Amino acid sequence: MSDKNMTLTLRIWRQKDANSKGGFETYTVTDISPDMSFLEMLDVLNDNLTKEGKEPVEFDNDCREGICGMCSLVINGIPHGDQHRTATCQLHMRHFHDGQTITIEPFRAKAFPVVKDLVVDRSAFDRIIAKGGYISVNTGSAQDANNIPISKEAADAAMDSAECIGCGACVAACPNASASLFVSAKISQYTFLPQGQPERYRRVLRMVEQMDAEGFGGCSNHGECEAVCPKGISIANIARMRREYVKASLR
Amino acid sequence: MAFSVDKIKEGKPLDGRIPEGPIEKKWDRRKNELKVVSPNNKRKYTILVVGTGLAGASASAALAELGYNVKTFCIQDSPRRAHSIAAQGGINAAKNYQNDNDSVFRLFYDTIKGGDFRAREGNVYRLAQLSVDIIDQAVAQGVPFAREYGGLLANRSFGGVLVSRTFYARGQTGQQLLLGAYGALMRQVDLGQVEIFPRREMLDLVVIDGKARGIVVRNLITGEIESYVGHAVILASGGYSNVYYLSTNAKNSNATAVWRAYKKGAYFANPSFTQIHPTAIPQSGHYQSKLTLMSESLRNDGRVWVPKKKGDKRPPNQIPEEERDYYLERKYPSFGNLVPRDVASRNAKFMCDAGYGVGEFGRAVYLDFSDAIKRRGIDYIRDKYGNLFEMYEKITGENPYEVPMKIYPAPHYTMGGLWVDYNLMSTIPGLFVLGEANFSDHGANRLGASALMQGLADGYFIIPYTIGDYLASTDLPNVTTEEKEFQESRNAIQEFVKRLLSVKGKKTVMELHIELGELMWDYVGMARNEKGLKLVLEKLPELKKEFWNNINVPGSDKNLNKALEFAGRLYDFIELGELMALDALHRNESCGGHFREEYQTPEGEALRDDEHFSYVAGWEYPGNDEDTPILHKEPLVFENVKPTQRSYK
Ligand SMILES: Cc1cc2nc3c(=O)[nH]c(=O)nc-3n(C[C@H](O)[C@H](O)[C@H](O)COP(=O)(O)OP(=O)(O)OC[C@H]3O[C@@H](n4cnc5c(N)ncnc54)[C@H](O)[C@@H]3O)c2cc1C
Repeated sequence: MSDKNMTLTLRIWRQKDANSKGGFETYTVTDISPDMSFLEMLDVLNDNLTKEGKEPVEFDNDCREGICGMCSLVINGIPHGDQHRTATCQLHMRHFHDGQTITIEPFRAKAFPVVKDLVVDRSAFDRIIAKGGYISVNTGSAQDANNIPISKEAADAAMDSAECIGCGACVAACPNASASLFVSAKISQYTFLPQGQPERYRRVLRMVEQMDAEGFGGCSNHGECEAVCPKGISIANIARMRREYVKASLR
Repeated sequence: MAFSVDKIKEGKPLDGRIPEGPIEKKWDRRKNELKVVSPNNKRKYTILVVGTGLAGASASAALAELGYNVKTFCIQDSPRRAHSIAAQGGINAAKNYQNDNDSVFRLFYDTIKGGDFRAREGNVYRLAQLSVDIIDQAVAQGVPFAREYGGLLANRSFGGVLVSRTFYARGQTGQQLLLGAYGALMRQVDLGQVEIFPRREMLDLVVIDGKARGIVVRNLITGEIESYVGHAVILASGGYSNVYYLSTNAKNSNATAVWRAYKKGAYFANPSFTQIHPTAIPQSGHYQSKLTLMSESLRNDGRVWVPKKKGDKRPPNQIPEEERDYYLERKYPSFGNLVPRDVASRNAKFMCDAGYGVGEFGRAVYLDFSDAIKRRGIDYIRDKYGNLFEMYEKITGENPYEVPMKIYPAPHYTMGGLWVDYNLMSTIPGLFVLGEANFSDHGANRLGASALMQGLADGYFIIPYTIGDYLASTDLPNVTTEEKEFQESRNAIQEFVKRLLSVKGKKTVMELHIELGELMWDYVGMARNEKGLKLVLEKLPELKKEFWNNINVPGSDKNLNKALEFAGRLYDFIELGELMALDALHRNESCGGHFREEYQTPEGEALRDDEHFSYVAGWEYPGNDEDTPILHKEPLVFENVKPTQRSYK
C-alpha cells in the first residue's frame, strides 16, 4: 500500500500543564499509511519528535479498540473526528487524504481542565457516578439470577444505554458543555431494570446535583452529543432523565 | 551474564496449602478454619489494592463493604478504564440453565483439561463452585446480560467445551461486568470506605519484617514519588502479554507491579505459560501498535478455513466449497471450530507455515459466517455479534457480512503470574495477588470466558475471607512511610528514573519494545525449541545493554511523561522475558500454550511429560540480576481427574 502513503500537516494544541497558556504548533508527518489508525499516526509523530530532541505530544489512550473511553481529541473541530460512531482510536487514516491539514485539540470544557497537551482531567465523571451510578447491593446477598425475569426488550434497552464508554465526547461537543448524555445514559440503564427501582429517585436527584456542582452546563437540545457519541447513545436518554428528575422532585 | 538451565538451583518445594478432604468440601472446610476479624476491628485495617480491573475493583468494593479501609490505585485516569473493560465474549458459570447437563464438576473438569493438567484441582473446583455466585451478584448489580424472550438469561458456547454456559452482554461482557464492579467501588468511595488514586503507577513493594507493608507509586501527573502504608497489599495489576509488544492487551497493560514484587521476594510461577489467541485481526504493517481481538464467541457461528491449494490468490467468494479446507472440522470432528485456543492457534500457524495462509502476507486464515447467515438470517448474526463486525470493518475496511474475516493468532493472556497459595497469598506474607496477575487457575492454557470468572471469584468471594484470616492471625505493628525500607525504595526509584532520562541515546522506547517483541514472538511465542530459547537467553542481556546505552527518553520526571512510564515498563518486560525463556527452556515437555517443538505427538499435538513435569514452577529472585533464578516446585496432585492426552477429536 506504500504507493498510497500520505504526507500530512498537523496543527496540534500544546500546553505544558494545567496552569500554562497553550497554543498551536505545526508539524509535518510523512509516509502515513491509510491502514494506520489515527493514534498510530501520532505514535509516528512522537517518535520523530523524540529523535529530534523535542517533547512528544501527550494524548490519552489505552485499549485502542474503542471501549475503554480513554482516548479523546477534537479532530478538525469534531470530538473523535468525523466518522460516525467511531472513537479516535478506531479512526483510520484512510479517511484522510494526502496533503491535508489536520487540527488536533483537547476536549474543551470547564469541567475537564487540560492536564497537558491533549490530555484532560475527566474525574468529574467519577464523582457523578459515585453519587448513584450503581445499584446498592453488597456482595453475597444476591438471589439466583434467573429469579429476576427481565424481558428481552428491557434488557436490550438497558444495554443500549449501558454501552456508554464515559469518554466525554458528548461534553466536548455540546455548546453548553453539558454532561446530560453521559449522566442520563446511566440513569436510563437502571430505569429500565427492576433492580434499579428501589433507588430510582434518589439516584437521579443525587447524580444531577453532582453534575451541576461539577460545572457542566445545562442541556438545550442541540443534539451534538448524540452525533459524536462513539457508541451512538441516544438523546432520548436525556428526555428520560428529565422526566425522572421531575418525578423525583415532586415526590 | 545469561541465565542457563545448567545453573538452575532447586530450592525448597512449595506448598499450596490446599485443604484436605473431598474436593467438594475443600473450600467449605477452609472457610471454617479461617479466622474472622470483628466488625469493630475491621476499620483499624488499611488495605492497599493495586488495580481496578475486575479483580481489583471487586476486591476493593467487597473489602470496603466489610468495613476495611481501602486505598485503590490505577494507572488510567479513572478506575473504569482498566483493561478488563475490553473483554468481549463472556463469562462462564455452571448454572446449567440450558439443561445440557452442565455442573460444577463439568466446569471444573473442562477447565483442568483445557489447562492441560497443569493447574491445581482444589483451586479450579472452587472457581467452578463460585462461578454461579458471580452471575447472581452481577445480575443484582444491574449488569444487562443478554436474555431470551421469556425473560431468562441467554447463554452461548466457548472453545474447549460441549455445553452452553457462557453469559454475555453483546460483545461487551467485560465492559458491563467492570462497570458493575466499578459502580460498587464508587459506592464505597461515596461512603468514605475507599479512597481512589488514579494516574498512579506502583513502582515498588515495601516489605518490613518480612511482611508486605506498603507501596511506593509515582504520581503520573506531577511526577512525585508517593508512599502508602497498609496492613496488607493486594496486586490485581493484570497480565503481561505486552512483553510481545503486539498483543490484544491495552497499551498500559504491564508487568511492573508484579515484577517489582518478584524482586522483593514473591515467587513468579510458570512465566512461560502464555496464551496466543486464535482469532485476532492480522497485522497490517510495521507501524502497528496493537492487535485487535475478534472474540472467540465468533467461532460459535463462524467456520475456519483456508484454500486447499497452496498460495491460492482468488478472492474467498470465488473459491468453491470443495476447494476449501475447513481444517478444524476435518481434524477435530467432535469439537470442530470450538477446539481450545492453543489448538486453534497452533493449527492456524501450521496451515500458514505450510503455505495455505491467505491475505497480503499469507499470515491469515478465513473465519466465515456465510453459512450461519444463510441458516439463521443476518439479523440473528447482527444481534449476537453486531459490535464485533462493526469493529472489524472499522479496522480493515471490509464488511464481514459479505466477505469472510481474515484472522491470525495474537498474544492475549498470561496464565503465568505471581505464585499464590490457596488463600491467594504470595510467598511474601501480606502480599495477595488476584486476577490475571496471579498464576492460579488456568494451568497451561486458559479456556475462553474464564478469566472474567476468575478475576471476580478472587475479588468478590475469596479475598474477603482469606485476608481476614491473615490480619487476625498476624502481628502487624504500626509503621510509617519514614521507615528505612520506604526510604530505600524511594531512593531506588528516583535513581532509576534519573538514569532513564540521562541516557539520551538514539532509540525510542517504541523501537526497543518492538525489538523485544520480535524476539519473544519468534522464540518464546506459539512454538518454542531449545535452540531458539538459548538464543533468546543470549540476546536479552544484550538488549538490556542496548537499553542502557541507547535509549532515548524525552521530557522530564516532573510532569506527565508517557515515554518515561513506558521506558520503565519496557525494562521490566525485558527482564521478565529472560525468566519466560528460562522457564520455557527448563520445561522439557509441551503442555497447553507451551509448545516445545521437540515434544509433540505424531499428530502434532502437545506431548506432556507427567512423570517429570507435573509441577508448578515457582521462580525465586536470587538477589541480583546476573544469577540464574532459583526453582521451587509445587507438585500437582490429581485425585479427581486422571491426566490424559487431551483429545478434542
Ligand atoms: C481483548 C480482550 C478480550 C477478552 N475477552 C475475554 C472474555 O470474553 N472473557 C474472559 O473471561 N476473559 C476475556 N479476556 C481476558 C480478561 O479480560 C482479563 O484477563 C481480565 O479482565 C484481567 O482482569 P484483571 O482485573 O486481572 O486486570 P486488568 O483488567 O488488566 O486490570 C489491571 C489494573 O491494574 C492497574 N495497574 C497495572 N499495573 C499497575 C501499576 N504498576 N500501578 C498501578 N496500577 C497498575 C491498571 O491500571 C488496571 O486498573 C479478554 C482479554 C482481552 C485482552
